[in-house]
Amino acid sequence: MHQKLYIYQLQGKENNQVKTIEEVQQEIIEEFSIFDNWMDRYNYIIDISKDLPLIDDKYKTKENLINGCQSKVWLHAHYNNGKMQYEADSDAIITKGIISLLIRVLSNRKPDEIMNSDLYFIDQIGLKENLSPTRSNGLLAMVKQMKLYAIAYNAREKQASN
Amino acid sequence: MFDDHNKIRNEFPILHQQVHGTPLAYLDNAATTQKPQCVLDEVINWYTRCNSNIHRAVHYLSQQATEKYEHARRTIQQFINAQHTHEIVFTHGTTEAINTIAFSLGETEIQAGDEILVSQIEHHANIVPWQLMAERKNARLKYIPLTTRGELDLTVLDDLLTKKTKIVAINHVSNALGTINPIREIIQKAHQQNIPVLIDAAQSVQHLPIDVQELDCEFLVFSGHKIYGPTGIGVMYGKESWLDRLPPYQSGGDMVDVVTMEKTTFNELPLKFEAGTTNYIGAVGLSRAVEYLNEIGLQNIQSHESRLYKYTMAKLRELENIEIYSNATESTAAISFNFPNAHPSDVGMILDKLGVAVRTGTHCTQPIMQYFNISGSVRASIAVYNNTDDIDQFIDALNRAGFMLQ
Repeated sequence: MHQKLYIYQLQGKENNQVKTIEEVQQEIIEEFSIFDNWMDRYNYIIDISKDLPLIDDKYKTKENLINGCQSKVWLHAHYNNGKMQYEADSDAIITKGIISLLIRVLSNRKPDEIMNSDLYFIDQIGLKENLSPTRSNGLLAMVKQMKLYAIAYNAREKQASN
Repeated sequence: MFDDHNKIRNEFPILHQQVHGTPLAYLDNAATTQKPQCVLDEVINWYTRCNSNIHRAVHYLSQQATEKYEHARRTIQQFINAQHTHEIVFTHGTTEAINTIAFSLGETEIQAGDEILVSQIEHHANIVPWQLMAERKNARLKYIPLTTRGELDLTVLDDLLTKKTKIVAINHVSNALGTINPIREIIQKAHQQNIPVLIDAAQSVQHLPIDVQELDCEFLVFSGHKIYGPTGIGVMYGKESWLDRLPPYQSGGDMVDVVTMEKTTFNELPLKFEAGTTNYIGAVGLSRAVEYLNEIGLQNIQSHESRLYKYTMAKLRELENIEIYSNATESTAAISFNFPNAHPSDVGMILDKLGVAVRTGTHCTQPIMQYFNISGSVRASIAVYNNTDDIDQFIDALNRAGFMLQ
């Protein structure tokens, strides 16, 4: 079952471009709904962490480092054909798995979609504490940073079109 | 040893709950300890029956509260065997106590070029206040280095103690590694050169009997919440001669004698160091916690914890692929370790979902982590109420985490 789910998830990813942020979030919530215990949930998160497009070493710079007290997160963003692309990594594997979910929801989208997104899926799949300011694992700061990049590129785009 | 350890465990209501659907194994005691029912009752009882500001008023409640507060001071005095009651100053905790001493000593005793000696095994609270003071006074902070066993390297102590050394500040037990430091030897060597010594006992008073007269240290500090008492209350012991000699740190109400608009003279010890309304109910709660420890006996606590510590260590050493940083000959209560291929926070998160509370991260001891070249560690730390069931649950959870994260 686990294996199947994984394939389903990868397929979902390929079709990502046509799905809205809303739809991808629903998809993730559905995927997680089959787990009735934490160990299965974490095993799945650990699995998908291995699937994350690793950040190129040249982007693992001090500027791209988001330092949490518990774990480190690197985030690199670039803008391509009107869409934001994110690459990220973490030294902690569960954090990395959650990053992979965030990237699945937010990457390859127009800046204004990202800016206005409400990431409720994290709460729904029971991982809310990981995005709390007290956890200090860099994830909350990463989401903020992802949105900030989107805001910046959105502003630049508007300026260019004026 | 305890005939009936369950009786002790039953006195801590918080332990009898499930977290994430499993029984709680609380092994984060070096961060804070849980409170026995008698301490909880004492705090509630005192707020319910007798709350009134101390040292202030002639009325009944205030006198009762003052008497109880000063009784708490006597309880602490006896607990660490201080010579005088007024050598016990109540603070908010260990951190405030060290800040007080660092600041006050800095004001009158430290000249440019003087030296302060700490160690590489200290909690940030026993490094940063000295660093700040050294910067203000153009003094130098030196430290006793660690060895790979997680012990202090005393072979260099003689060289580190110089004519310029004005204080030595050292912890009794390391919060990160559990190492029991050879404070007697350090105190003795410092005293040969008339250097005062501060002992950070935040991680030792709850595990080992302390006698400040026998130790002969000039200062000794600890926190209430790590010794089964409430948060926000701590103790700063100082020898009378030193507390007299040092200027006040904070100022305001209660610590003054005569105030005119031009000049203020200060109250006597210990009130000179207790500015403003102190956490008097916290002090009462702490006093009850100390009485509780006296009732069950520190010797009994020590032998129970020592047995459980050995049990934990033996079980941990059986695990494959584990790196243990707590390898000192003399140690107690806290054990730091990692799975080399797993991030400590991942281990901690999995353990949490299996009902096991441990600490992950740097434990406010970044220099120790730097020494071992790690970003952090997992730390399990025991208290009097822990039993082998807690440890077994912890080891089972570690096995699962190790398997998942390999």
